Amino acid sequence: MRRTIIAFMSTISALVLLFSYPTSTNSAVAAATSTSAGTASAASATARSSTTTSASAATTSGGTDPTTDSAADAAADPAVTSSASATYTGDAVNTRWGLVQVQITVENGAITDSQAIQYPTENGKDRQINSYAVPQLNQETLSAQSSSIDAVSGATVTSDGYIESLQSAIDQANL
Amino acid sequence: MSAERQAFIAQIMGLPISVHVRGPHARGHQVAEAVDEAFAALRLDDAVFSTWKSDSAVSRIRRGELRLAEAPVRVRRVAALCDEAADRTNGSFSAWLPGPDGRRMFDPTGLVKGWAVEQAFDALVARLGRLGDHDLLISAGGDVVVACERVDTPDWTVAVEDPRDRSRMVATIPLRRGAVATSGTAARGAHIIDPATGAAPLGLLSATVIGPSLTWADVYATTAFVRGVDAASWLSGLPEHAGVLVGEDGTIRTVSPALVG
Repeated sequence: MRRTIIAFMSTISALVLLFSYPTSTNSAVAAATSTSAGTASAASATARSSTTTSASAATTSGGTDPTTDSAADAAADPAVTSSASATYTGDAVNTRWGLVQVQITVENGAITDSQAIQYPTENGKDRQINSYAVPQLNQETLSAQSSSIDAVSGATVTSDGYIESLQSAIDQANL
Repeated sequence: MSAERQAFIAQIMGLPISVHVRGPHARGHQVAEAVDEAFAALRLDDAVFSTWKSDSAVSRIRRGELRLAEAPVRVRRVAALCDEAADRTNGSFSAWLPGPDGRRMFDPTGLVKGWAVEQAFDALVARLGRLGDHDLLISAGGDVVVACERVDTPDWTVAVEDPRDRSRMVATIPLRRGAVATSGTAARGAHIIDPATGAAPLGLLSATVIGPSLTWADVYATTAFVRGVDAASWLSGLPEHAGVLVGEDGTIRTVSPALVG
């Protein structure tokens, strides 16, 4: 149980890490900067939360690293929805935009949702960190007008097939 | 106020390469020049890595005219990444594929596209950053990598195509930084083989992987597709990666990052 929770917490750290990929604006070594800063984020994001799941009816203290330098209220109380579904909250982590705290919903061992529950609110910065790349099932017809699609990922499109592809239509709309 | 946006298109490595830039200089000549340089870098890589161009370094290696140890540094870097990919995927990914005569020859094509695009992408992100806050998206024949410097723009939205009906999608992925790669048979027929058997894999129509790096999302998508029915459990063990799998029976599964401790 404890290992599992630590695994959850490290996943939350990873989520925060994804939110907080710094995007250096002035450096020619943006990739290297991202890597080192990302590592720092991961270290400071080590989970410090308490978690309850109805599956075991036990309260367990999660990660133990109190060295996080974020002054955030890291209190985390999970809202348990069912034995197969639980919500976990990570520590608040300092990112490029300010403090971010992420909550994930886990069903049958998989993350089904993630939300930033604490994030900087000034200047509308919240918008960019309120969703993690959890794929959302969406079986619509693809069209250049649908759902503000910016790109289409599919089995490799060759140059020959490009003209009739949706990507081509999206590109044309932005030329 | 929404940021200016501009798309650029080139055909390189037999692939359509689409570049979208959002930001204050998206329609300016400096961005156009930076994108042209990214295209030029991709053409240079194509000249080195193509298995179709007989004078490329990789073609010369395949004919035994050039030893890998004496190849250009980028070729050696890719060869090392291919070894790492074989390692990370327990051999499901391999750059040593059977040629027409059955003899295994060096063919890094399965990794080079994603790697070359990611290299060009990183350089372009850095270059655009010096002009101001710009968002960037590159799609290379269905593999996508994005970054956002701006804070006033919507997420990039990447649709996952339905391999059974390319006019439909099966999922959407909101993304501010990261990559989406799909492997499957829809566009080109069976172009992927299982290195272990030499045969086309069974079980999936397509495998899509989402992660921080295009190189690895691409390798993992190929691996997931090769693994077929086993893909979901394998993918769910990869930290920081998510996926969408479409089975031959039409089932659609999403896979989230590893959680089992």
